[in-house]
Amino acid sequence: MFKNWTVLAVPVISVLLGLLAGALIMLVSGNNPTAGYMALWNGAFGDSFYTGETLRQMTPYVFAGLAVAFAFRTGLFNIGVEGQLLVGWLASVWVGLAFELPKIIHLPLAILAGAAAGAAWGFIPGFLKARLRVHEVIVTIMMNYTALHITNHFIRDVISDGADATDPVRETASLQSAFLQSITDFSSLHNGIYLAVIAAIIMWFMLEKTTLGYELRAVGYNQHASEYAGMNVNRNIVLSMVISGAFAGIGGAMQGLGTFGNMFINSGFSGIGFDGIAVALLGGNTAIGVVLAALLFGALKVGSLNMPIESGVPNELVEIVIALIIFFVASSYMITWLLGRLKKKEAK
Amino acid sequence: MDYVIEMLGIRKEFNGFVANDDITLQLAKGEIHALLGENGAGKSTLMNVLFGLYQPEAGRIRVNGQDVQITDPNKANNLGIGMVHQHFMLVDTFTVTENIVLGNEPKKFGTVNMKEAEQKVRELSGQYGLSVDPTAKIADISVGMQQRVEILKTLYRGAEILIFDEPTAVLTPQEIKELIQIMRALIKEGKSIILITHKLKEIMEVCDRVTVIRKGKGIGTVDVSNTNPNHLASLMVGRDVTFTTEKADATPAHNVLEVRDLSVNDSRGVQAVRHLNLDVRAGEIVGICGVDGNGQTELIEAITGLRKTSGGSISLNGKDITGLKPRKVTEAGVAHIPQDRHKHGLVLDYPIGTNIVLQTYYQKPFSKAGIMNYKEVYKKASTLIKEFDVRTPSETTLARALSGGNQQKAIIGREVDRNPDLLIAAQPTRGLDVGAIEFIHRRLIEQRDSGKAVLLLSFELDEIINVSDRIAVIYEGNIVAVVDPKTTTEQELGLLMAGSKKGADEHV
Amino acid sequence: MEKRKLGFAMSMVLAAGTILGACGGGGEEADNTGGGSGSGESDKFTVGMVTDVGGVDDKSFNQSAWEGLQAFGEENNLEKGPDGFDYIQSKSDADYKTNLNTAVRNGFDLTYGIGYKLKPAIEEVAKQRTDSQFAIVDDVVEGLDNVTSITFKEHEGSFLVGVVAGLQTKTDKVGFIGGIESALIDKFAGGFEAGVKAVNPDADVVIEFAGAFDKADKGQQMASAMYSSGADIIYHAAGGTGNGVFSEAKSLKQKDPSKEIWVIGVDRDQAEEGKVTVDGKEYNVTLTSMVKRVDLAVQDVATKAQNGEFPGGEVTEYGLEADGVSISPTQDNLTEESKAAVQEWTDKIKNGEVEVPTVPSGK
Repeated sequence: MFKNWTVLAVPVISVLLGLLAGALIMLVSGNNPTAGYMALWNGAFGDSFYTGETLRQMTPYVFAGLAVAFAFRTGLFNIGVEGQLLVGWLASVWVGLAFELPKIIHLPLAILAGAAAGAAWGFIPGFLKARLRVHEVIVTIMMNYTALHITNHFIRDVISDGADATDPVRETASLQSAFLQSITDFSSLHNGIYLAVIAAIIMWFMLEKTTLGYELRAVGYNQHASEYAGMNVNRNIVLSMVISGAFAGIGGAMQGLGTFGNMFINSGFSGIGFDGIAVALLGGNTAIGVVLAALLFGALKVGSLNMPIESGVPNELVEIVIALIIFFVASSYMITWLLGRLKKKEAK
Repeated sequence: MDYVIEMLGIRKEFNGFVANDDITLQLAKGEIHALLGENGAGKSTLMNVLFGLYQPEAGRIRVNGQDVQITDPNKANNLGIGMVHQHFMLVDTFTVTENIVLGNEPKKFGTVNMKEAEQKVRELSGQYGLSVDPTAKIADISVGMQQRVEILKTLYRGAEILIFDEPTAVLTPQEIKELIQIMRALIKEGKSIILITHKLKEIMEVCDRVTVIRKGKGIGTVDVSNTNPNHLASLMVGRDVTFTTEKADATPAHNVLEVRDLSVNDSRGVQAVRHLNLDVRAGEIVGICGVDGNGQTELIEAITGLRKTSGGSISLNGKDITGLKPRKVTEAGVAHIPQDRHKHGLVLDYPIGTNIVLQTYYQKPFSKAGIMNYKEVYKKASTLIKEFDVRTPSETTLARALSGGNQQKAIIGREVDRNPDLLIAAQPTRGLDVGAIEFIHRRLIEQRDSGKAVLLLSFELDEIINVSDRIAVIYEGNIVAVVDPKTTTEQELGLLMAGSKKGADEHV
Repeated sequence: MEKRKLGFAMSMVLAAGTILGACGGGGEEADNTGGGSGSGESDKFTVGMVTDVGGVDDKSFNQSAWEGLQAFGEENNLEKGPDGFDYIQSKSDADYKTNLNTAVRNGFDLTYGIGYKLKPAIEEVAKQRTDSQFAIVDDVVEGLDNVTSITFKEHEGSFLVGVVAGLQTKTDKVGFIGGIESALIDKFAGGFEAGVKAVNPDADVVIEFAGAFDKADKGQQMASAMYSSGADIIYHAAGGTGNGVFSEAKSLKQKDPSKEIWVIGVDRDQAEEGKVTVDGKEYNVTLTSMVKRVDLAVQDVATKAQNGEFPGGEVTEYGLEADGVSISPTQDNLTEESKAAVQEWTDKIKNGEVEVPTVPSGK
């Protein structure tokens, strides 16, 4: 019982502490916290348009968070979600541009291409870890940069002729939804949000209900025992990175086929892959947790845009709040310790 | 009598759970006093109270007849109480001297005066017969040596009363002998010792008196000269315990395991098993005894497929299983109770229930077409939990939360339930208390009696002698002798384990 | 036990609530004043702008546009805020659409999108919000009556600073650092190169791209490499990346004040960025700047729109002619020869005698 409660308590208290600290900073810097947070709320859920934007922003976060969480649950730290997301983005846009197919084939094909590209990008560090025991953190970090520059090269010199963005993908490969736009007053919300929810369910099912998940988690917890029990540890490491990369790649497809409808030269990382680490951390590496944390991050990011104009509070403040939330989650030990102390005192 | 320590009516609770209930322990000057109890009986709690880590809810502590409040370990140190921990608190990359003086360094012009420190360490080790090299790095010395460093640490800080927390759990038989000599030397120098243990043999050998606790309650203090192991054991567990495991003579049949000319390299690439031959027949228990590091681990890893062989063959029921993957070996009919249950035996963060299917999760009825059927898993688990008396709140409790004995019972249940032809048990009773040991020995013999081949690896000579039907002595990667447990003695085994060929021929 | 822990969490929430509540009083007041001014003067023509990821303090382009907006506001007695003029900052490429919509929702009569990166977003939002007016700076949106496009003849201004560079280089080697390679940045590079060659055909023009507009560290590295390879003047058209060029030039100057190295600024008068004090003596590494009067253009279009002359669907190209581009007003570091040459070539361009190329020679 206590365990379950802490699982929920740590993120919730972290978020509250983060917001509270943000309020203090606003006070100290001469801003009005109520107005600031009202503006944040309005900018995130104030009306259907903003709700749509929040959900749209949440979509890639869900995938990035799932990717990190999946790897983490199997004992791997995938810092390469950013790069896997970029190659997935590129691959999906490419397929979306290159083929002329009916939507029922074209769209799934483009998404699968994104998944496959992300999976391939995850395969490399997985393989190196399994075969040569190279630490996946090092490889995935490096692979982020290679992904950034390779995708930029492809956009400029392969898909387009020196342009800094690709053409929009064909209508048959687009995730954009007239229906979702109409109910959210022309927000850029797209069908990817359904896929995000489905992906979360798939991840939960895969980890909790299948023999594969049983194996992957066992390897994550204890490689020695898994080997003793006859599991193929190396195969599981590679598989885990491939699946994680596929989630990230689909996250990229959400950007390419949904949010932007194309891909452009990225001068730096989009940050979604890295935010995915925070989302997974906040979500306790569970599917449902990732969805909720992604919603929070989406709301904070989108809502923050509204803060300067509505309340005069600089939107950098939200970055501080996010950083603090992550800090509090990361130092969850502190919170559990605090709870433990409280519990002890009550016992006396 | 003159008591240096008196703990009177100590009571300690944790959230309503009474860990110590009205326990009294009186340590006379110059005695070795055993604190005996099963795992979880409250021995550590009591000692942590004495060492200032916990504050008791009731009771008094007197040191040399004075009432004291021990609020923290520093206070305990100042009162001359030193603790030799079971898990050593040493810095691996520091030298022996550096570790001993850590936090209490002799200073000279603001720098540590290592010369003086080393001198002092030499004096101390000479005085108490604790031979150590003061300049050796901790990482380079044996476990027994490390323990001496721990003892020297307490002496360096002026301890008059030493608490030894399960000191023999990590030692080889030879090292245990040396430790006993050290303890006697300490007494001669006027120190007093509390020895926390659940090993009755040691108590009988070195202790003057013994205080028994059971389930947090003080059962009483008895003079060792007035008691015997059986009596102590029944005091400890609260019922009669038998030591010599009752068993009928073995009726061995055909060879189940045949190891021929087997060579295996260890992780560093050094040949650890050299041209080894070994048979285990259906219906017998073969015990492997030897000093740790003579190839036992590698032998077992090679049989179970965890380690590659570099020569020779292993066959099971006439079928060659050399070089098969662990899963194939398991499927061929080998079960394995691993040496390190935390590292190999269990996924500690999995519920005990799902640990039950660690090797069989992919088979029906636990899964179908890649989908787990956790209902069946837990059904199986609860059957085994009942059958093997695993004490756990439920089958969904994390394996980590169970005591060592219960974890081990679960592993044995899991391995035995697969109905293997060969059961390999590596140190199956390590760290367990008398009750659990008895249970596990009974189960091993049961397996033998139902016609299984059992291969037992243990560093406890009495366990080997007690349980085995044949004893194979391993030395430098080879079986140097096979002896009959009924006619052999610990002395003979000790000699064989040390590489002496004498007496080997008589028993083959 | 469970309840008590819940209690702890509740008390945290309450604590947060109390603090927020305490601030609430002030908030309402602020809202009231805001609302008051809004309702009273709702007939005012309001303008907003959405920045690209550079932000209004990019010392370039977004900042210049914001200055234009501020000038417009001052001229018409507007206050900063949703009821007068304001900007909305974008933090990532995904924010453009959201921010444009936020601008529309705040009721701005005219909304600027600053930078070509906003083009797809403006196109889409303008189609959806046909009642609102938009302007895109630095790119062209065609076929929409509620969008006007503002572009500049950057090549013309770049030509002039190229003339200065060609005359004042001592090493006969000058550099160009662009942000991301594109048709737009090619205009800067092409004009600059042509200007240098027009007055100093022997000079070498090194053209490189940073691949980013917001990587000052990259800019600094590239500048360092260029200066050490012998270039003494670098013209940057790289937004925030260009700030790194200034940092490098200033740090070189600090190490050795006798060293003659220069930066040519872009978009606005960047003389301020070039100031450096060594041993109590002031130097300025900014040779001159190619000023793109985004502020004038922004102000101009806003005024037109206010007067009901919104040039919807049209492209207005601001060149030397209308002072849309020019050489910076700060001319302390120019030689008399340069000043004269700049005047001479300005006339030649204005009267059509010279046609300035819009791409570098290699393309």
